Amino acid sequence: QVEQVKLLDRFSTSNKSLTGTLYLTATHLLFIDSSQRETWILHHHIAAVEKLPLTTSGCPLVIQCKNFRIVHFVVPRERDCHDIYNSLLQLSRTAKYEELYAFSYNPKQNESEQVKGWQLIDLAEEYKRMGVPNDYWQLSDANRDYKICETYPRELYVPRTASKPIIVGSSKFRSKGRFPVLSYYHKNKEAAICRCSQPLSGFSARCLEDEHMLQAISKANPSNRYMYVMDTRPKLNAMANRAAGKGYENEDNYSNIRFQFVGIENIHVMRSSLQKLLEVSGTRGLSVNDFLSGLENSGWLRHIKAVLDAAVFLAKAIAVESASVLVHCSDGWDRTSQVCSLGALLLDSYYRTIKGFMVLIEKDWISFGHKFSDRCCQLDGDPKEISPVFTQFLESVWNLTEQFPQAFEYNEAFLLQIHEHVHSCQFGNFLGNCQKEREELKLKEKTYSLWPFLLAEQKKYQNPLYNPDFSPELTLLEPNTVSFNFKFWRNMYHQFDRSMHPRQSMFNLIMSTSEQNKQLEEDIKELEAKIKQRNGQSDDPIEKEKEEEQTAHPAPVALKSPPCFQKEPPPMPVNDAVRTIEGSNTADNRYSELVSEFSKAEPAMVSLEYGVARMTC
Amino acid sequence: MEFAELIKTPRADNVVLHRPFHLAVEGTLCLTGHHLIFSSRRHDNAEELWLLHSNIDSIDKRFVGSLGTIVIKCKDLRIIQLDIPGMEECLNIASSIEALSTLDSVTLMYPFFYRPMFEVLEDGWSSFLLEQEFELLSSVTNEWRLSCVNKEFSVCPSYPPVVIVPKSVDDDALRKVALFRHGGRFPVLSYYHKKNGMAMLRSSQPLTGTNGRRCKEDEKLVNATLRSGRRGFVIDTRPLHVAQQARAKGGGFEQEVHYPQWRRIHKYIERFNILQESFIKLVEACNDQSHNMDRWLSKLEASNWLTHIKELLTAACLAAQCIDREGASVLVHGSEGTDSTLQVTSLAQIILDPRCRTIRGFEALIVREWLQAGHPFQQRCAQSAYSNSKQKWEAPVFLLFLECVWQIHRQFPCSFEFNEQFLIMLFEHAYASQFGTFLGNNENERAKLKLPQKTMSLWSWVNRPEELSRFQNPLYEANSLVIWPSVAPQSLQLWEGVFLRWNRPSRFLEEAEEERIHIIKYNKELQARVNALRRRLAELEAED
Repeated sequence: QVEQVKLLDRFSTSNKSLTGTLYLTATHLLFIDSSQRETWILHHHIAAVEKLPLTTSGCPLVIQCKNFRIVHFVVPRERDCHDIYNSLLQLSRTAKYEELYAFSYNPKQNESEQVKGWQLIDLAEEYKRMGVPNDYWQLSDANRDYKICETYPRELYVPRTASKPIIVGSSKFRSKGRFPVLSYYHKNKEAAICRCSQPLSGFSARCLEDEHMLQAISKANPSNRYMYVMDTRPKLNAMANRAAGKGYENEDNYSNIRFQFVGIENIHVMRSSLQKLLEVSGTRGLSVNDFLSGLENSGWLRHIKAVLDAAVFLAKAIAVESASVLVHCSDGWDRTSQVCSLGALLLDSYYRTIKGFMVLIEKDWISFGHKFSDRCCQLDGDPKEISPVFTQFLESVWNLTEQFPQAFEYNEAFLLQIHEHVHSCQFGNFLGNCQKEREELKLKEKTYSLWPFLLAEQKKYQNPLYNPDFSPELTLLEPNTVSFNFKFWRNMYHQFDRSMHPRQSMFNLIMSTSEQNKQLEEDIKELEAKIKQRNGQSDDPIEKEKEEEQTAHPAPVALKSPPCFQKEPPPMPVNDAVRTIEGSNTADNRYSELVSEFSKAEPAMVSLEYGVARMTC
Repeated sequence: MEFAELIKTPRADNVVLHRPFHLAVEGTLCLTGHHLIFSSRRHDNAEELWLLHSNIDSIDKRFVGSLGTIVIKCKDLRIIQLDIPGMEECLNIASSIEALSTLDSVTLMYPFFYRPMFEVLEDGWSSFLLEQEFELLSSVTNEWRLSCVNKEFSVCPSYPPVVIVPKSVDDDALRKVALFRHGGRFPVLSYYHKKNGMAMLRSSQPLTGTNGRRCKEDEKLVNATLRSGRRGFVIDTRPLHVAQQARAKGGGFEQEVHYPQWRRIHKYIERFNILQESFIKLVEACNDQSHNMDRWLSKLEASNWLTHIKELLTAACLAAQCIDREGASVLVHGSEGTDSTLQVTSLAQIILDPRCRTIRGFEALIVREWLQAGHPFQQRCAQSAYSNSKQKWEAPVFLLFLECVWQIHRQFPCSFEFNEQFLIMLFEHAYASQFGTFLGNNENERAKLKLPQKTMSLWSWVNRPEELSRFQNPLYEANSLVIWPSVAPQSLQLWEGVFLRWNRPSRFLEEAEEERIHIIKYNKELQARVNALRRRLAELEAED
């Protein structure tokens, strides 16, 4: 516990600060300011801690979080600062899975609830929903003991005609043994999305079993003879891989395939791209042009567009051409997961529901071995393995929700909450790198699943504009991917910088109004029942008519104050409560402090801020 | 002149109309004196397009064989294409449109011919009189007076006949001050902040020249707005060096020695051709769908449009802050006081004054701070982003103002009585309209053109209940607070409703908007029903 710590405003050009007390707990860093507002930061969320050179007011400490929160403390005494710094370094870097928060987190669930929680998302059920197994596709037990591929799940769906020797042969010809398997089956078009890793083709190597495997996939689609093979990497990267004995499919060796590169960059490019984006968006006093050129130089939106373009290509191949598509990148767990899951999201409206989205993440990300632990740096590991691949997936989905505001059951808050928990290590779902590892960690016994908790509070994540009839089942969502449709995701990257958000949130208002509407509908039913009861048998048509008349021309309530108001539950809060303006209350308003500054300022030079506004004399 | 002389081919059949995101339609094209009319010949679902010639910004023609194609670019940024069979017809039509869309004389414009199909409930020409404004002001303070010194437009040709000035300054003094200010635009009241009695004045630059001329009456006038012992701020919308250079041409700025109670702040706001170029570049960038991400972002940046938005909002916040937070009076001017000055004073009022966020209040603001204040609409809005003429007086000054209002609206979606459509409608009518409101460059010209007698006012139409309902914001909840917008680049956005309006399918976004409105309306309905039922239940209980 350290007192008299200052929390600096990140974007303030004058050193505005809140003074308060800093506490370190086993799991969280807690700051309570003088007005008793609390800021909780989970140790696992801390991406970096930095101690800046000593200043006159104390020792500055900057904490960067994985959820893009950045806090800037000034600790009065250097020794305290050093202690905090060291503790945080230790606490934020965990060496063993068992030390992660999920293993100590206790949400007061009993054992059967815990088990039920883990059973909430059932992938076997999901494959059944898609329509497999069927005449063409079957469940393979080849990987039942993780013998063929350690990073795949136990249960895999493959074409019926792919025999075990073909599977084994094909897996030996693919990086990390990740042979082609079913990711999504489109039952109307009878076409499939399959996924795998790159072939070990080098410059000329062939593998008959692998060729058979692809043939089996294309034959499992009765409506189209050819299939697409999408290599999601840039062509140059794929070619470079050949020198290492890896590479891509040679069209001459595989019958009826159409090969396509789509040019999504690798995890290292994505990592540095995000780094650049954050550097730009975190600059104080940023000008519009610096922001736009920084956005351009970071390449971030270009990458998001590339991912979405690839997904659109995939979805169109299935929906328009009824062609099956095999997707891979290098190892088939990053770009492949992005493209397969987004493609399925465009094709199948089920994934646009809250439950369906959970299923999608469980299937294409968790079960197929996206390396959450490495990519999100859950344990102290190789920094070169960190990459915002999943964040990009969420951002692509967000872009779709912006273009199709009524197509999704979930809202932005849902995406942000999932992002939060991918990094929080509070629940077991995202721990580890693959299913095998998760089983070894006994996560289902020792930790809890995130999904039941999200479902329990799903009111918060519902999109009030959602229209289930927006697109009939299995009709393609066709986003417009012209560059100007992609926007900087302020609510993700500045989630905690309230000063940049709209001061009145239309979204919150619509959310709460929609919520209130449901309550009012209930109230009406209840009141109608009571009236009916009172009227008893005398409930003749005339009465009803009168009632309707009243509803059509309601008089203001305040005219009379009927006695029943005391007995009734208080009327729902009127909209005023909802519509308080954050920015215009002096408390939240960053302009409020300026009065004193203004008068204090030197006569020759006045520096003001409105966010970043300045004036000079 | 007869329009018929200009119309060589009044009608062409088998014309095909192409619009982005619409199927091509075949039909008949007709030219009238003021409209281009296209109607599809299908009986089941006749489609008609009426386009004002004055809305046409530029026209290109090209030929493939005997099939001519005309591309029409409109001032509201829409682009349509017409395929016209027959080379002669096409040439005739193109040259007619060109002639009709570039008429020189104001009196030939459509507003002089337009006969409204609706009953006029309220004459918009007299809806917003300064006298009414003054009455409101008199109820809170008696420090100001209405001056008719400019009755004949003799003191300041670009000012209205009546203005509000400090009570202690008489008309003779005003005449002297007018000689000391560029174009005679002496300081007048723009806004009075009831909360603390501070005033915002606007004027043009003082004519100090190189030898530092001064004008005692001018000093007295501006000082009359200060509380004793308090300071005021002069917000000069030019950078210091430009203001200094202006002295060589007889202009200048208020010097500290002569205005000791005033502190001068230079807050640079771009003007004229720089804005017009910026506008043209932005529209170019938005119209090219083939740009990859890097190119789009660099084009957006190169247009500098959002930078202008940010600078303008910052300046307005600054003025508002001086008044509301500092408790100081403010004088705003640039050179002429007809462009950047008005942007700043009107935006500051949006921030400070809840009344300006209502529909009527906003209309009054536009009449007061733009039309009466002498923003030269006819010059500035002569052409839009597709113009080739590059006249130096054309500039999207008013559009920038509207976009800034939109940016604030986005951050405070519940604080405005009007919606985005209202702002877009004003943008359209400022550039091409059947109404006379935005014709002429100042009240003097409008009086000479007899606009109030000869044309219909936009406000007569807009303020009819049927029209108003389209422009109302269902989320509006009156809010008496000062609203401070964020001007961080991350908080600003491209105004898609104007710049991407014709470039992307908007069906889903519109449907979502309808759903939002439905939720709000449904809520009101439900509340009314609950209340009615409660009352009914109470009555029943009382009977027992």
